[in-house]
Amino acid sequence: MDIPYTVEARPDTGLYNAKVGIWLFLASEVMLFGGLFSAYILLRVSAEPGTWPHGWQDVTLGTTETIILALSAITTLMAWVACKVRQFGRFKLFHGCTILLAVAFLCIHLSEYYDDLTHYEIHLTNGQIADGHMVKNNTGEDYVVIDGRYVNSEIDLDDLRAQKNISEKEITIPRSQIASMESYGPWFNDYMALDFTMTGLHALHVLAGTIVIGFLWGPGSKLWKKDPERFTNRIEVSGLFWHFVDLVWIFLFPVLYLT
Amino acid sequence: MSEPHNSPATAGAPQNHDHPVDFNSYVRRCAVVFVAALIAIGFMIWASYLPQEHFSWREKVAIILCIASVNGFIVAGFLMHLLSERKMVYTILGFTVAFVIGLFALTLYAMSDFPMNTVTH
Repeated sequence: MDIPYTVEARPDTGLYNAKVGIWLFLASEVMLFGGLFSAYILLRVSAEPGTWPHGWQDVTLGTTETIILALSAITTLMAWVACKVRQFGRFKLFHGCTILLAVAFLCIHLSEYYDDLTHYEIHLTNGQIADGHMVKNNTGEDYVVIDGRYVNSEIDLDDLRAQKNISEKEITIPRSQIASMESYGPWFNDYMALDFTMTGLHALHVLAGTIVIGFLWGPGSKLWKKDPERFTNRIEVSGLFWHFVDLVWIFLFPVLYLT
Repeated sequence: MSEPHNSPATAGAPQNHDHPVDFNSYVRRCAVVFVAALIAIGFMIWASYLPQEHFSWREKVAIILCIASVNGFIVAGFLMHLLSERKMVYTILGFTVAFVIGLFALTLYAMSDFPMNTVTH
């Protein structure tokens, strides 16, 4: 039995079924991310003035990621257009570019996570704080080495944008002088928890989209020979998801990197 | 939009006449959208560096989110074809917008809703 309305539009909705399905799915996704944005607003506005982290994320990397996603949205659309005008070679080219751009996005994102997870705030027994990236932290040795700097209080670390020419050097700290030590993971504070949750969920969407697009680019493209119009509809549906992922990042970037 | 410039490679394939597609016009559209996105990104970054003496944090956030919204509208309108969609899609999105407004309204309401005699700083 054939699945109905995979190509032709249903008379009552005016759309083929997969398109109604993806829009309903995207509506639920809006609520999912909406809940997280709402949590961000609640925590951000409730924070004491001057205590919310600012400038903790690398704007250059964030901008690069934004441009990559914008470019991938373009290549996704052009892949669909190529299918529409029956140019399979161009479809392969454009969707191949989309996959490469998505992988580039994910790699940059992973490097950011790595940067956060190797960045430590070390409270010393004398009240000072050493802040920087871990260079050496071997359990057998009685010292740790970080590439960072000393500050007198956590307030000095909140607004990094206001501080220019931060000089960092290699610091060796004996373990006996360490009162507590914590990396900038999601457990660090509200900002990092939100950052990891929101960008992590987004990255999972990018990964899922990449897998789907990769399937349609590779083994799934066999459908092109059998039913090109149905294949084109699949490309449109995956493209709508990809544009949504881009749309979410358009708001994540300013919220987490710029404000 | 005109009919496709390129002749179909697959004979007898069903044609969707709802959105006749012209490859070259889409290339132009995509170029314009991409440039608009780059400009929006540039403006957002510029706005985030506006001096604090003249612009409060709230004003800067409002400016940045306005630019992001314009950017989002361009992506949704032109790349997702929301400007020329069916009524069914608008209905789904209408409900979504209503629920999102409710979600944010409840959040804002909760921010000032404390039990009696709560001490706030």
